[in-house]
Amino acid sequence: MQLSRRHFTFALAACAAMPAWAQPNPADWDAVLKEAKGQTVYWNAWGGSDIVNGFLAWAGTRVSEEYGVTLNHVKLSDTAEAVSRVLAEKSAGKTEGGAIDLIWINGENFASMKEQGLLFGPWAEALPNWSLVDPVANTALTADFTVPTDGMEAPWGMAKLVFFHDSAQVENPPKSMVELGEWAAANPGRFTYPQPPDFHGSTFLKQALIELTAFPTLLDQPIADDETYTKVTEPLWTFLDALTPNLWRKGQAYPQNGSRLIQLMADSEIDIGFNFNPNEASNAISNALLPDTVRSYVHDSGTIGNASFVAIPFNANAQAGAMVLANFLMSPEAQARMHDPAVWGLGTVLALEKLPDAERAAFESIELGVATLTPEELGATLPEPHPSWMVRLEQDWTSRFGTAQ
Amino acid sequence: MAQTRLNWLAPAVTIAVLTGPILAGIAGTVLPAFGYLPALGRAEFQAQAFSDLFQWPGFGAAVWLSLFTGVFATVLSLGCVVLIFAGWHGTRPFQIIERGLSPILAVPHAAAAFGLAFLIAPSGWVARAIAPIAGWDRPPDVLILQDPWGFSLVAGLVVKEVPFLLLMTLAALGQAQPAQSRQIARALGYGRISGWMKTVFPRVYPQIRLPIYAVLAFSMSVVDVAMILGPTTPPPLSVQVLKWMNDPDLTLRFRAAAAALVQLALVVGALTAWWTAERVVTWFGLRWIEKGGRGRCETELRAMAMVAVILTAATTVLGLAGLAVWSFAGLWRFPEVMPDVLTLRSWLRHGPVLWQPLVDTLVIAASAVAIGLGLTVWCQEAEQRHGLVPSNRALWLIYLPLILPQIAFLTGLQTLAVLSGIDGGRGAVIAVHIVFVLPYIMLSLSDPYRAWDKRYGTIACALGAGQNRVMWRVRLPMLLRPVLTAAAVGFAVSVGQYLPTQLIGAGRVQTITTEAVSLASGGDRRIVGIYALIQTMAAFLPFAAALIIPAVVYRNRKELRHG
Repeated sequence: MQLSRRHFTFALAACAAMPAWAQPNPADWDAVLKEAKGQTVYWNAWGGSDIVNGFLAWAGTRVSEEYGVTLNHVKLSDTAEAVSRVLAEKSAGKTEGGAIDLIWINGENFASMKEQGLLFGPWAEALPNWSLVDPVANTALTADFTVPTDGMEAPWGMAKLVFFHDSAQVENPPKSMVELGEWAAANPGRFTYPQPPDFHGSTFLKQALIELTAFPTLLDQPIADDETYTKVTEPLWTFLDALTPNLWRKGQAYPQNGSRLIQLMADSEIDIGFNFNPNEASNAISNALLPDTVRSYVHDSGTIGNASFVAIPFNANAQAGAMVLANFLMSPEAQARMHDPAVWGLGTVLALEKLPDAERAAFESIELGVATLTPEELGATLPEPHPSWMVRLEQDWTSRFGTAQ
Repeated sequence: MAQTRLNWLAPAVTIAVLTGPILAGIAGTVLPAFGYLPALGRAEFQAQAFSDLFQWPGFGAAVWLSLFTGVFATVLSLGCVVLIFAGWHGTRPFQIIERGLSPILAVPHAAAAFGLAFLIAPSGWVARAIAPIAGWDRPPDVLILQDPWGFSLVAGLVVKEVPFLLLMTLAALGQAQPAQSRQIARALGYGRISGWMKTVFPRVYPQIRLPIYAVLAFSMSVVDVAMILGPTTPPPLSVQVLKWMNDPDLTLRFRAAAAALVQLALVVGALTAWWTAERVVTWFGLRWIEKGGRGRCETELRAMAMVAVILTAATTVLGLAGLAVWSFAGLWRFPEVMPDVLTLRSWLRHGPVLWQPLVDTLVIAASAVAIGLGLTVWCQEAEQRHGLVPSNRALWLIYLPLILPQIAFLTGLQTLAVLSGIDGGRGAVIAVHIVFVLPYIMLSLSDPYRAWDKRYGTIACALGAGQNRVMWRVRLPMLLRPVLTAAAVGFAVSVGQYLPTQLIGAGRVQTITTEAVSLASGGDRRIVGIYALIQTMAAFLPFAAALIIPAVVYRNRKELRHG
């Protein structure tokens, strides 16, 4: 079923003719800047977080001042909406003047767009600020959920799964999935995870899978066959079957996304939450969403981490403007602001040793929040499994837990 | 000759504006549902999408949810409204209720749903009020919001449908002479409720039938309220259709189309069942009237009706008040009834970002209302001047956009729009808004227009005024208040539209409502509060204007001030 569907969409993508018009070339950056001036970039990015929206609005002001590029943040509740739109435009033969200029993307959505030829590029590695990153030391910048980026998307933030708890309620939080299961059994109704296919929910499933399976190395490759899949995921389902009755609302309802976990903790409905932004708990404290007794922690065996990227659709209307914005997002100015816990606190993609002294000092002077872990405390970063695992896990989760009344 | 052409033109254009997008949208849903969408490489008819849909594990539950929540919400709302009229119409408390509930009609569904969510959540205001007595330091782990049975969704629908049906019934009552009937029934010894039910209700019901059908259809297929209050494992069918429409896997659009058709069939089925039930109720009702009972448990029923209606009004008002407090809140944890600190921070932070969507909301609403009002006046003028009285069938056509599930034709319309490359503009959004705004304007303006005393026109004509001059100088000025009220109703309807804006606007057209629903996914109640309040204000101010403007314009024309 899954296979035939992929074949179908692939064939569909192959049918459409390749675009043949003059495209901006990032190697000639001055020409790109010139073309970008006056363009409006429709950036389709998840819009459920006030903090992130604030940062994007700031970036809009800056690129407008600096390069005459107008940023219009199209707030999505799910990135898949944007993928769906580009695909629809391609099927309709709309090969230029598309509605989307830039997408905040990674993982499954990137894999699907790349496979179906929906992306413009390669361009990312020719951006001027690419010289400030170190793709050798940080492999997540060129391998998105194990899929090579091939310069089709530009990184702009590093995320890592971090758990948080209210230290006034829970003194010693569980440091592994097995312990979490035991903790939930002892404290029923005080933990939950967002409903997959929300990416925080799916990340929780993947983290659990990596910790519980006996074959973690198989996750780096596409799923070989049903037998392998069953063998690898068996312990995950056993774990979830035991965990579900101890979840918040006994697993009869799930929060819609990661931000909901914060509101739930603010309402004292749960005691343990998690987020893909290592700084989320500190953010929430400084925005008076959570009490200052909240602290972050990670699992002993490490947690999943990945990079956030931006990609340009093949038929984008303002490709030059989109590149200028992407380059700006990788600039020391934007990265330092993004990294500042008072603003957002996402990890930087830059290699600090490559920066001029003044700019490096700016990074080093940023004060970490009270609930933010130091790089040492953040521990090991586990690589994302191949996207095929996530697709299959989401489908299985939905039929096992997402449709049972 | 020219005259004849003209007077047919008005209704013809209006019907085209209403039904064009609907028919196109249904075509855009039916074809892919049966596997025909050449742009996606499929050009042969097959039923694959339906068998996919029936095999989806949540299908039965999603269908049941749609049916149950829709029918239950309609029965409850109608029950409340009928009982409050039967028990209290013509009394002083009723007048207060009438005045209190009318403004609630302007509160957008999403805002009311957010407010309700904060009230009834286990960590919400009600629980916080009880907490000190019950000794809770943590909210009880009980499933209230998003319960798999859909009760909280039903509650969210009832608080909005009661004011709607109440005002519709009020409008219909004018022709039923309720006061005389009540007096005669009372003189014959009937209780208040049984007297009203036996004499007035049978005459009123046929007139509120279409609004009731609209409530039933809306409740079964609503998306935004269901996303806020409805269950997720699985969601009601209409929400699932939207999820499939938004999936990166385009082939799921076939399944989405099939599900949208099933949704349409469900609504048609439920309406048919309701129509059949009307016959059954009529039969039993006649027996009941003939038996001549003078009424039992009237006091209890009256009290129940009053409590129920006050509860629906209080829920919306308290919910909005709760959101208002949230928008000024600093840290506010369970079980505190009020926040630690009140601050302007959230407003200062979001105020500037609010402008663009607010301007878009107003531009779209104003354009849709202007066009809708223009078409309505044009049709009414055709009626006034040439005696073109719309048939019953025409009334059904006007109600069509309110009765067909939005999801059934909007998704198809979006597919067509994307495939033909014309989507994404404000113009397209305005055109779709007109489809939903026009019926309400038409319905609220046609009665005052017909009730206008034609003798004024005759006098003006005798004094030498032409038809157009009569319209501009006499008819419209005299009808200023109903015209403004109709515009305000249309405005509120446009402001509240989520699905049409989201689907046809391609995400590029952002209104306060689409922003509110997308931000609600983040769950921060401060922001939700700000957007819900702004949304309510945007819908509300035109009503205030409709009251104030005539008062100012006619400050020295006492008779005209009250329309």
